Amino acid sequence: MTDTTSHTPVGTEPPAPVRKRGDRGPLASLGLHLTLLTASVVAVFPPLWLLVTSFKPKTDAFDTSLVKDFTLGNYGHVIRDTDFLSWLQNSLIVVGLTTLIGVFVAATTGYAVSRFRFPGMRPLMWMLLLTQMFPVAVLIVPLYNLLADLGLLNQPIGLVVTYLTVAVPFCAWMMKGYFDGIPVEIDEAGRVDGLNPFGTFWRLVLPLARPGLAVTAFYTFITGWAEVAYASAFMTGEENLTLAGGLQTFVNQYTSDWGALTAAAVIIAVPAAIVFGLVARHLVSGLTAGATKS
Amino acid sequence: MAVETGQSVTKAAGTPGARGRGHRTDHKTPKTPGRLRRALATHWYAWSMVAPVVIVIGVIIGYPLGRGVWLSFTDADEANVERTIGVNHIPATYEYVGLDNYRAILGDGLFWDRLGWTVLWTVSCVALSFAIGLALAVMLNRAFKGRTLYRTALILPWAVPAFVSVFTWRLLFNERSGLFNELLTGAGLGRISWLNDPAWAKISVITVNVWVGVPFMLIALLGGLQSIPAELYEAAEMDGASPWQRFRHITLPGLRSVSSTVILLSTIWTFNMFPVIFLLTRGGPGDATEILVTYAYRLSFVISPRDYSTSAAWGVLILLLLALVTAAYRRALRKQGDTW
Repeated sequence: MTDTTSHTPVGTEPPAPVRKRGDRGPLASLGLHLTLLTASVVAVFPPLWLLVTSFKPKTDAFDTSLVKDFTLGNYGHVIRDTDFLSWLQNSLIVVGLTTLIGVFVAATTGYAVSRFRFPGMRPLMWMLLLTQMFPVAVLIVPLYNLLADLGLLNQPIGLVVTYLTVAVPFCAWMMKGYFDGIPVEIDEAGRVDGLNPFGTFWRLVLPLARPGLAVTAFYTFITGWAEVAYASAFMTGEENLTLAGGLQTFVNQYTSDWGALTAAAVIIAVPAAIVFGLVARHLVSGLTAGATKS
Repeated sequence: MAVETGQSVTKAAGTPGARGRGHRTDHKTPKTPGRLRRALATHWYAWSMVAPVVIVIGVIIGYPLGRGVWLSFTDADEANVERTIGVNHIPATYEYVGLDNYRAILGDGLFWDRLGWTVLWTVSCVALSFAIGLALAVMLNRAFKGRTLYRTALILPWAVPAFVSVFTWRLLFNERSGLFNELLTGAGLGRISWLNDPAWAKISVITVNVWVGVPFMLIALLGGLQSIPAELYEAAEMDGASPWQRFRHITLPGLRSVSSTVILLSTIWTFNMFPVIFLLTRGGPGDATEILVTYAYRLSFVISPRDYSTSAAWGVLILLLLALVTAAYRRALRKQGDTW
């Protein structure tokens, strides 16, 4: 993966548009940067525009200029005059619990399927893959009834359990891939030192798998933070909503308070972006550890 | 994410594999208790580690799934399910109707219409985001100035919760005064009703979903690219292979296991993609952008009276379709010599 501009043993000047490894003339270089720059602008622009809009007075939400009259009014309005803070609190509880439990459970499951051969392992792996397929639509009504029977509607715990079933299967797959990459000699060494499998897992393997855990935490966090369908079906009443549900009340058929919406959206996106920033370094290795070796 | 585990793991913790032994634990022989105890003794570590997942999935997915399938064979709707009004408890009065729901759905053009659009939606979203993700990953997979900056910018959409992005896009697509239309009129062109014209609405939802989906593809493929040994490229270069030939014969095969996994996963996710369509267009205009999942959701949570049984039947059909696609896909992969 080194720069090869210095030596040209074979005279293969690539035809300009095919940008692959190898010699890169100034023109190809320019093309590369132009393409990446365009793509980056497309990727960054919508969130950026959201940020810009949130600082405009409510009436200027659709003004195409950059901010003319800078104001924090939208933020003040959202925090003081709406149920935003209770939504935030609900979301934090739900997502915090989901992430904590989800990471732990995904790690133990991933470790078990990575290290042990046990009866029921293949069906389990299949089950994990299959749960990715279950459409919200087939589960949502019976699940609604189940939660109603258990008295868990409008309770954070109901959503936590639901989100676990969404996030854990995929995370367990990811963690399995990650554990596969950790040499089994480490486990053997632990056992020689008299640790039981739990001890080996907890004291030796888990600390090594920190990047994988970070990615799992990120994925679980995002799943809960951004989920809409279950949240709007299971939580009712303004103050019980989570952020995703609450945000919809700003812009619906009857009202459209784009000022409040943009400000709230920014406040919601910031924690997500921070968590993301914390794990970004590990994303590549964590996510694909399993996929790259089959 | 591959199904096969490495062979080395068998010896990992000294647990002998149940596979490859002459007998299986589920054999009903007189020795069962002893064998069961032995299995418990060997495997209880593993079992206790996976137990939470099995229990939670069993209760939260197994039960609703069974019940959903059962509902799809009945005529349950809002008027006849068990409910409590005030202090009065009204028992359920819906009945088993066999395959009636399925017959009605499959005999109706609506389902096939929605299926056609769902397939088009899935294929175009997956194909576009894969192609774009691959192109960007290939560009990013080498040393040059600004690489980290580009990479961070390109995966930014992933850091923004999908529903937030979708609202932002609604702002941009707004027909009267959204940025896109302002730019169009500024350039002397006519406005486009992005979300209110059936054709443009379809293009819009696909655009947004591709925008949302590219970062995942990019990251996964970048990881895959980094696992391809650089020597392969060097050797090919020595042999005078053109960049295209190197891409065709080294990069693509090297990415196979990653790409087959991400394509399958993103097909499943896109097929069931709820938030983008639900929040961007609510399935409209009319039902132009309604995919199977949003339609099933509408049946049980939006229309009145809520039609639980039909909705459940739609759900079961969706599940069957996905299971079929997955099985066919994996069979195709295996035929080409893939391991999983």
